[in-house]
Amino acid sequence: MEAMNKKVLERIKAKFADTTFESNEFRGELTIVIPKERIVEVCKFLKEDKELCFDLLADLCGIDMNTPSKRFGVIYNLYSFTTKHRIRLKTFIEEEHPKVPTVTGVWGTANWHEREAFDMFGIIFEGHPDLRRIYMPDEFEYHPLRKDFPLMGIRGSLDLPKK
Amino acid sequence: MGLESWMGDGYIATKLEDVINWCRKNSLYPMPMGISCCAIEMMAAAGPRFDIARFGSEVMRFTPRQCDVMIVAGTTTYKMAKVVRKIYDQMPEPKWVIAMGACTSSGGMYRTYSVVQGIDQFLPVDFYVAGCPPRPDNLLNALMLLQQKVQRGECKGTSPSFIGDFRRHTESKSVSK
Repeated sequence: MEAMNKKVLERIKAKFADTTFESNEFRGELTIVIPKERIVEVCKFLKEDKELCFDLLADLCGIDMNTPSKRFGVIYNLYSFTTKHRIRLKTFIEEEHPKVPTVTGVWGTANWHEREAFDMFGIIFEGHPDLRRIYMPDEFEYHPLRKDFPLMGIRGSLDLPKK
Repeated sequence: MGLESWMGDGYIATKLEDVINWCRKNSLYPMPMGISCCAIEMMAAAGPRFDIARFGSEVMRFTPRQCDVMIVAGTTTYKMAKVVRKIYDQMPEPKWVIAMGACTSSGGMYRTYSVVQGIDQFLPVDFYVAGCPPRPDNLLNALMLLQQKVQRGECKGTSPSFIGDFRRHTESKSVSK
């Protein structure tokens, strides 16, 4: 394992000793799976820790695994300007309660990213200041990037002006 | 008509409608509805190389109230469709629509839930310009054929045609001299 990845993982494990984290490294990229209850704490720690200092949320996106359990997920790509290092966090949630705490309090940029994930996957970010749709019209009822949504959409769900 | 021979060379006898249409066709103000990449080719058509000014249409107006022809250049989503229709409704009559490019005409490569599969679902289209994006020549071709159509006094999507299909527009009635 790469030295910096090792350091990140060790610091997280030392700080959150009561939680177990799954992690893997592929071609030098570290991915850590975090339970959704701890996601805000972990993010805050990663950002504010003096040696890690992941001050940029490069991207946040939703994912639909289309599996019976842990169907939806949220992926956080972090970057540190001080150490020039990147890591990836993942958290998975059940289909019945697709709710994740928001990280807008940690990185302001998460605001629109979370709105996108909400619009496309229907993942609800608890505590988000303004959780509206960002791409689709407000009156649209579905979440188009879900795997069970048909490619050509649902007839009548989007209205057109009259000719 | 015989009147000319009676009145001499300095006079032309014609219908008022034909004169108005003749004036109209040579100063069509386009509404540049540039929604995506086709807009780049539309701008190229307005530039010095292709020079839309040769046909009197160089005055691109950004207010629909001063426009005659709307060039819809780009992928029209369902969300955008309402805006396009609103702008079209604000244009004064008579008005024409050129659907520029594959996306606008048929949805193009965006065969997906968010893109309108052809703007003729909510607008009366006069010309469909093929291409992805169409070359500026193709747009100018549409404009020239539109001028013939204006001269004939047709508007609002009557007898729409596809650029590349000349059968319908080989004959044009010009001002009777």
